[in-house]
Amino acid sequence: MGGKSALDFPGLGGSYKGSSFTELLKIEFPQLDPDWSSLFRPGASEVAVPHGTTVLSFKFADGVIVAGDRLATEGLRVASRDVQKVYATDAHSMIAIAGAAGPAIEMARLMRIELEHYEKIEGEALELDGKANKLSQMIRANLPAAMQGMVVVPLFAGYDLRRKQGRIWKFDVTGGRYEEAEFDSTGSGGLYARESLKKSHHHEAPKHEALGYAVEALMDAADEDRGTGGIDVYRGIFPTVIYCSEKGIEQAPETEIKEVYDRVLARRSSRNGNGGTR
Amino acid sequence: MSAPFYVSPEQVMADKAEYARKGVSRGKSSITLEFADGVLIMAENTSSLSKIGEIYDRIAFAGVGKFSEFDQLRKVGVRYADMKGYQYSRDDVRARALANAYSQAMGDVFTRELKPLEVEVIVVEVGDPELIGHENNAIYRVQFDGSISDHEDYCVIGGAAEELTGYMRSHYKKDLPLGEALQLGRAALQRASDVQIAVPPENLEVCALEKTRIGRKFRRLPTEELTEHLSS
Repeated sequence: MGGKSALDFPGLGGSYKGSSFTELLKIEFPQLDPDWSSLFRPGASEVAVPHGTTVLSFKFADGVIVAGDRLATEGLRVASRDVQKVYATDAHSMIAIAGAAGPAIEMARLMRIELEHYEKIEGEALELDGKANKLSQMIRANLPAAMQGMVVVPLFAGYDLRRKQGRIWKFDVTGGRYEEAEFDSTGSGGLYARESLKKSHHHEAPKHEALGYAVEALMDAADEDRGTGGIDVYRGIFPTVIYCSEKGIEQAPETEIKEVYDRVLARRSSRNGNGGTR
Repeated sequence: MSAPFYVSPEQVMADKAEYARKGVSRGKSSITLEFADGVLIMAENTSSLSKIGEIYDRIAFAGVGKFSEFDQLRKVGVRYADMKGYQYSRDDVRARALANAYSQAMGDVFTRELKPLEVEVIVVEVGDPELIGHENNAIYRVQFDGSISDHEDYCVIGGAAEELTGYMRSHYKKDLPLGEALQLGRAALQRASDVQIAVPPENLEVCALEKTRIGRKFRRLPTEELTEHLSS
């Protein structure tokens, strides 16, 4: 088998031999590599694109939980009411995105393909640390676009099969990676969600209690921040809540989220003593 | 300077084919069979190097012959599939297109290069009853010279392929449950060994594409599970 590449596979250049999908894109398909920075000239003003709002993550008894509302905004307007911000990236990790929706969703999609690609090529999955590190590189690569307003700041969480525990990371635009001990939240309503979690959360909570904290934190965020969707009873749009434990990923059913919502609503309105109009 | 000897193209091809066939027959066989929940791929394998691998959501790969060569093919297949799924949609990644690409690439090597690939590969796709146009399972076999064929029910590749195919022809039944399919596969594989004793579960590499799974259908069956099914 002489020559540079013995296998001339239709549709592939054959020059890349590694196990990273993003590298494969860069080397063999540069035209498909999502480089958002090329869309902007230096000195150009910020581009108005839809932004995702509040996502949060915290540890509970079985592992880690990630939740996010469904609203995307463009300035003061609604861009989409049912955008998905929480994604399973493989059987034991999840990403929650906040920031410019276009690049963020693409990053989540690429992250999933990247992890799966590595697992298939190498025959074993990356360690959770390795996954977090890879994501931080992808965020760093997006830095030029971030300087133009295309900021992507995800949360990454998963179950570490070796350490037998849930773990959470947050990131900054430069790719800075910070592991959180208990909980974190990001996006426009992130501050309020974090304050809510600070009071409710404890890391040994069973699953159903954890769901309560997550939904209540999102309701609090939606209450204070106009950019956060909360629960849209009118249209039947509920936040996404995903658990990750040793057994894998599981999404909370909407009926359970609705129950928590009704319970919180009943508790808060009875406190007002006026039938709950406020 | 001496002139090179003339060798007829027929002779060149026959020699290459003979060489490749010998290489392939040195390896152990691998069996693919459809069962009630999907498709099962089984191979006798005592090493930790896999002969069977996941390509995409509903597609798996198995190779026999020279490890370095079919493993390279497997990796190229993963790249091809992930690339296609990224560019279009996950449902656009199909076994037939992949098998065709293998056929072209392997045929190319066979005619162009001095040394042909000493491998034979299988590309399997499990059907999705929910997805119109994707309901059926598909099994494709690609040989060292790029010749491609599609199969129903079962397919055997590797050294003792003919003998094992004969066994499968007389014993195969449709829609077997997992346990019985495993026992049938093992009984067939044991025809390939000279001693004809049952292959112990720890020497089997078994993977399944199961319709019942959500998302990625590929699953590697652990030895404990094989032991459980094969001891009963």
